[in-house]
Amino acid sequence: MGCMNASESFVLAIGTKKGLWLATSQDRKQWSFSGPHFLMSEIPSIGIDTRDGRTRIMVGVRSEHWGPYVAHSDDLGASWTEPEQGAIKFPEGTGAAVERIWQIYPDAESRPGVVWAGAEPISVWKSTDGGEHFELNRGLWDHPHRSEWGAGYGGAAAHSIVVNPAGDNVHVAMSTGGVYRSLDGGTSWEPRNKGISAYFMPDPNPEFGQCVHKIAADAAVEGRLYAQNHHGVYRTDDNAENWESIAEGLPADFGFVMLTHPRRAGTAWVVPLKADGERIPPDGKLAVHRTDDAGATWKRLDSGLPQSEFNAVLRDAAGVDSAEPAGVYFGTRGGAVYASADEGETFTEVSSHLPDVLCVRAAVVAGAPVTAAASA
Amino acid sequence: MAEISVVLPSVLQPLAGGQSVLTTPADGAVTVGRLLDSVTGTYPVLARRLRDETGALRRYVNIYVNGEEVRRLRGLDTEVSAGQEVLIIQSVAGG
Repeated sequence: MGCMNASESFVLAIGTKKGLWLATSQDRKQWSFSGPHFLMSEIPSIGIDTRDGRTRIMVGVRSEHWGPYVAHSDDLGASWTEPEQGAIKFPEGTGAAVERIWQIYPDAESRPGVVWAGAEPISVWKSTDGGEHFELNRGLWDHPHRSEWGAGYGGAAAHSIVVNPAGDNVHVAMSTGGVYRSLDGGTSWEPRNKGISAYFMPDPNPEFGQCVHKIAADAAVEGRLYAQNHHGVYRTDDNAENWESIAEGLPADFGFVMLTHPRRAGTAWVVPLKADGERIPPDGKLAVHRTDDAGATWKRLDSGLPQSEFNAVLRDAAGVDSAEPAGVYFGTRGGAVYASADEGETFTEVSSHLPDVLCVRAAVVAGAPVTAAASA
Repeated sequence: MAEISVVLPSVLQPLAGGQSVLTTPADGAVTVGRLLDSVTGTYPVLARRLRDETGALRRYVNIYVNGEEVRRLRGLDTEVSAGQEVLIIQSVAGG
């Protein structure tokens, strides 16, 4: 899309440990907030679906007491709907129960109504009705490797789903299991981790078992993806057959975030953290790093960010919008949220002192900004 | 016929049409599991807040029969007699 016009506005959704905040803006600097929605429930996943001529916000909700569920709103949070029979639940016979919904991923424009979800325990789900009901992906659930997948600190989950808009390629990343690829729309799955180190295992180059933290696809180059791992930043140009390191030039190769540009080839963002011993921004200096050449070089971006910041940024606590120039958004475990309207060159702190930020998503939506109502 | 009452915490009452107490007729003892099936039958969202899709009681949901938390008795197989009251209370877990 081109520059903003008066009939468009921005929506920013911030999922935290204790609820959801929503905000709208016309300039990506001044934001009108509502919330908390779902107070006292964590919101680890958000999907903003702008297909079909409406804006649907889907959230993965999880109460420590009352369990997880998926809800959606078609009116920017004024009201929320939880399907009566539940949007996501394991079929009888699996003996499993959903613990947490880690990812809600609206599919391409060409597949309206299709929404993917990733959950804990490690599982992938697909909805064909706009996120109101999800079906378990049996191919991955019944995969012979499943008993060997492990749990990262946050739990064993499928946390990244990347779908090729033009074809049937689906890539899933799980902690810990690594990247799995399907060439048939999710019917069958194979691990694809060649070149990615798993230094914490007896064999540092296993077929699977890598601790991948986030993957994202290059929107303009077919078969190119990027991965931020538990140590290691990687790119593949051949649909995940081979991965190569692109960590050189970064202050640390650890981190959780991996974002890609909505249209432009070669542009990606990471937020490095020093690890394993510290897990804070290197030297307590928070910065986003962007590459515009597919990882050959990185540019440090910290204009508008605090001089000192010791909180980590979690894997889904960052997002981009689809405007031109692209907006970049992220939040910290200290409850600060930053927005950039110029691809990370400058950031503005748009919210402070929220609970731990777990998920951030932003979108361009039709219509002038309205003040999202507080509810739920 | 006698009844068994299930007392809901206030946070769950909106999921039961605003009711604080759900009752079901009983002419004898029933298990807590069957009792929950009965009183939440028309409130499926409430049912999912209490038990996951395997039927297991959620970890931080406590159910008391005669002042005893059912995990210390026979869990969801604990029997409740007609005329008794069952309390559902959220545990104090959380931060």
